Amino acid sequence: MPRLLSFAIFLATWWIASLLAGDAKLPSPPTVLTALIAEAGSGALFFNLGATLARVALAFTLAMTLGAAIGYLMGRVRLADRLGDPWLILLLNMPALVVIVLAYIWAGLTEVAAIAAIAINKLPNAVVTLREGARALDAALDEMATAFALPRWSTFRHVVLPQLAPYVAAAARSGLSLVWKIVLVAELLGRPNGVGFEIGAAFQLFDIPLLLAYSLSFAAVVLVIETLLVQPIEVRLSRWRPRAA
Amino acid sequence: MRLEVDIASKTFKNAAGEQHDVIAGVTFALDAGEVGAFVGPSGCGKSTMIRILADLDHDFQGRVSRPVGARIGIVFQEPRLLPWRSVEENVRLVAPLADDARLSALFEILELKAHRNHFPGELSLGLARRVALARAFAVDPDFLILDEPLASLDDALAARLRDQIAMLVDDRSVMTLLVTHDVDDAVRLADRLFLLSPRPARVLAELHIPTLRSVRGDAEIAAIKSDVMRRINGDVTERDAS
Repeated sequence: MPRLLSFAIFLATWWIASLLAGDAKLPSPPTVLTALIAEAGSGALFFNLGATLARVALAFTLAMTLGAAIGYLMGRVRLADRLGDPWLILLLNMPALVVIVLAYIWAGLTEVAAIAAIAINKLPNAVVTLREGARALDAALDEMATAFALPRWSTFRHVVLPQLAPYVAAAARSGLSLVWKIVLVAELLGRPNGVGFEIGAAFQLFDIPLLLAYSLSFAAVVLVIETLLVQPIEVRLSRWRPRAA
Repeated sequence: MRLEVDIASKTFKNAAGEQHDVIAGVTFALDAGEVGAFVGPSGCGKSTMIRILADLDHDFQGRVSRPVGARIGIVFQEPRLLPWRSVEENVRLVAPLADDARLSALFEILELKAHRNHFPGELSLGLARRVALARAFAVDPDFLILDEPLASLDDALAARLRDQIAMLVDDRSVMTLLVTHDVDDAVRLADRLFLLSPRPARVLAELHIPTLRSVRGDAEIAAIKSDVMRRINGDVTERDAS
């Protein structure tokens, strides 16, 4: 219910602002809806959303897998931490734009370059979070597993992984929002489709209804994924924690 | 099945690089079905000794020969349960092959039946300690290590838990090593008592208790206790004098 209310307030504010600013600068909700329906009717909306989502999924999975593995290693092995730390600082502070442009220059305007660039932007974030997680592992539980001669895989799966889960969730959560932002820039600069490309095209043509139609559908997809996928997973991962009164 | 231990010395360096002696000579042997109890003041190095015996610490001078292929069941001073697994899942993790009937019997004896599906965060310390005991027994151990399993429990609960431990140990005739600072617990459970000095730990005396623990009367227990206390205090006086 509060969510509906918040949506209604957003819609009303938009409408009023559009009346004040004029339809040319800020199209009213019905104008944008018309553009949205036209774009959906032609199938272009779903094709472009699909292309963007596929890039997000691939880059996100790649960055999380690699980032988690590297972060875990850096948290557990001092030498790995020392070797990796300067790179980590470099990557953390490298502007997303630089990575994307360099990727396109070196690997051409290709899908591989786009996904790699997005993944590299997200990677250090996952590494840092998982490194913290690995450093915070409970040595007492490790000892327990060793004393009971638990097999290595079993220890990792049942003792280590659940301790890392909140860190993975945090990395996924912040990483996903980062990827949502970067994917559009990557598409704008070097892909022939996707939400970022369409927004770029709409900007060139000053087609504000189309620009807003894509931005809002993209925002809607993000909200749906956050609500239906990310939040339930977080709840499931933390179901063993005693609930706050 | 026999455990032979000869720890000549164990030292560790603190953060400032200063060397500390923790153990300065602990030698003993234990046979199957025997309960050996180590009694010593808090901080005398008992937990360090346990880590060595459980094969968790290899950095010491001396020799420990464990029975080949022996299954170790261990109860640490803190229960060390996995908070994200239920009571039953915690026990099953270390004993995936244990059959249901045996686990049920174990839960019954330790009065854990009603708590099988609870998470450790929902348990009191006493209950959590019982789960740790259930876990140690579930692996059907040949060698059981108990590190202060009754510490910080109220007297009535500690007494009940002590009886349950005695029952389980006798039932399976497990070689058991109990570490405690409580002389009463030690005298009631052990076949053999080892008195430890303050840090660095060394064995001050070894006492054999010939009567079965199930038939030990209060008078006998009181007599052994006073003997133990006399030896412990005697050592203190001796050390003070030197």
